[in-house]
Amino acid sequence: MAEPRARFAVTVDGDEVTVSAGQTIAAALIASGRAAWRTTRLDHRPRGVFCGIGVCFDCLVTLNGQRSVRACLVTARPGDEIRSEGGPGRTDGDG
Amino acid sequence: MATAEHPVDLAVIGAGPAGLAASITASEAGLSVLVLDMAERIGGQYWRHQQDETTERGDRSHRHGWSTFVGLRTSFDAHVRAGRIAHRASHTVWSVERAGALFRVHAIGGERDRLRYLAHARAVLVATGAHDRQLPFPGWTLPGVMAGGGAQSLLKGSGVAPGRRAVVAGTGPFLLPVADTLLMAGVNVVEVVEANAPLRMLGAPAAIPAGLVKLPEAAGYARRLREHRVRVSTAQAVVAASGQERLSAVTVARVDERWRVVAGTEREVRCDLLTVGFGFTPQVELALAAGCETGIGSDGSLVVSTDSAGRTSVPGVYAAGETTGVGGADLALLEGRLCGAAVIQDLRGGAATGRGGRAGVGERIERRARRRALEARRRSLLSFAAAVNGVFSIKPGWEEWLDPETLICRCEEVPYARIRTALDELGAGDARTVKLLARPGMGLCQGRICGAAVARLVASRRTAGEAGSGASVGFSLASGAAQEDLIALSRRPLGSPVPLSHLAAFDTRIPPAADPPGPGKAGDRPDPVKCGDPPDAGGAGDPPDPGEADAGPTLGECGV
Repeated sequence: MAEPRARFAVTVDGDEVTVSAGQTIAAALIASGRAAWRTTRLDHRPRGVFCGIGVCFDCLVTLNGQRSVRACLVTARPGDEIRSEGGPGRTDGDG
Repeated sequence: MATAEHPVDLAVIGAGPAGLAASITASEAGLSVLVLDMAERIGGQYWRHQQDETTERGDRSHRHGWSTFVGLRTSFDAHVRAGRIAHRASHTVWSVERAGALFRVHAIGGERDRLRYLAHARAVLVATGAHDRQLPFPGWTLPGVMAGGGAQSLLKGSGVAPGRRAVVAGTGPFLLPVADTLLMAGVNVVEVVEANAPLRMLGAPAAIPAGLVKLPEAAGYARRLREHRVRVSTAQAVVAASGQERLSAVTVARVDERWRVVAGTEREVRCDLLTVGFGFTPQVELALAAGCETGIGSDGSLVVSTDSAGRTSVPGVYAAGETTGVGGADLALLEGRLCGAAVIQDLRGGAATGRGGRAGVGERIERRARRRALEARRRSLLSFAAAVNGVFSIKPGWEEWLDPETLICRCEEVPYARIRTALDELGAGDARTVKLLARPGMGLCQGRICGAAVARLVASRRTAGEAGSGASVGFSLASGAAQEDLIALSRRPLGSPVPLSHLAAFDTRIPPAADPPGPGKAGDRPDPVKCGDPPDAGGAGDPPDPGEADAGPTLGECGV
């Protein structure tokens, strides 16, 4: 069986979240209890993981300033700054 | 930063079962192979695994065929170490185009870093697999509702369970491994809801011989479902999901053989995770963009048409695995091997052989016998897949599950009502027109998720019109989508969103003069080290390109 994983911190909209090494950002967000981290452009509805394999673009985050990153495709690294995207009262995709 | 490599014999797009089998086969014969894959680790969706899952050889069923994968990975890694296979992980290919006698393969290196990447190859294999096929229903956009493959990828790739109390719904054999993966992770799977009635499969005796191989796998899943007292419902469907900001319950109803809700059978099931999937959608856009002919697979999906060895209608472009029709990992592996052999034969002019010399007569006869055996097994697996796909086909009654405000296109937030308006009031007669009028499939996913549903809505309306009923919903026998509609929703000029800087660089930094051998020399076998060298070749920090690390006959043989 696998060795216990190293754990490290990332931030999600400024809050510290602990991540196990090897987790994608989407997995880390779900493990932290979040089901959604993006709001849609028109209806401002919450979205999280849907396809989980890089096809649907529902799970977009802003990662270290890079916008529209598919959270399901990227393995988290120590110190990553993750920001949710979109939503009412913000500009579209505001980081 | 732009990077590029010397031309390779074969660029394989996708490192799932088909891509791995083809690359190893081609590499064993001495071809130089470049493998581009979206994921960080090889294996595709089927063998997705965690980063430290290196030695496990289990018979755990959520790792079905794992020992096969371990064997493939051992060979693959050996070829990579020897410099015969170059592996570009986390690379998303967005375009394949002909450039003289070669193909240009454009990719984005890393979702995180988005480096521009360009490769040249003499042949290209599209082994891009498939993703879950979806049908919309009220509430399907709520967080907590996800594709079966999505739940599996979170569990298999990251070890994270996306819920505590799950319902697994849709149709197809894949529901079982999804439920199984969740159970193994300790998730409480309260119900598996299958819309079809798979016992009808007993009426498909032709499928039984090859099917026997698959039965132990299914039996294992069924046993574990029983052990965990999971309710398995057939001829029922999740027709709605509800919750405020996230999923809290689903509505399950009995459906008839056309998937129309049987009134009065609706019941609510509490859950915080719903996985859905109605079969799979092959990812054909790169082959489409390359001009390959397509057809409709036995599951009603758009597929790349090939001969029995994976040759598409475009010389030099090959396809294998789910891209050519959904049939499972065993079929994909076998098609990968056949396709690898075909590439060897085509590039070598029939002199396919192991590294080094030409084949003797005995060896050729033996190889032909092996190929015929593989082809026979392929036919058998194909007929099994067709029987399975027939049992688990999509029936037209799902349209009755929709509310006017149900989103069909998740990206552009297009509700069902707007599609109906386009079809019924604005007179749209095909998917292309519906796209222009109502904009489904115009968002970031480019129709990957809603394409199957939109094409079916169009087909249903068209059939209703032909029947002269003019009714708003036409339940005809033609539940399948038309090829031209699927093509309209699958054509993606760029296979993936591409940073503008890449397109700018694409225009200015690769002058035509850098093209590999021009017209008139198409039959030549250029020295692959020199011919396609783009002006910006040799990005610093690149791994050695295939052949450089191996003084053997690898690249030199390409000109044979």
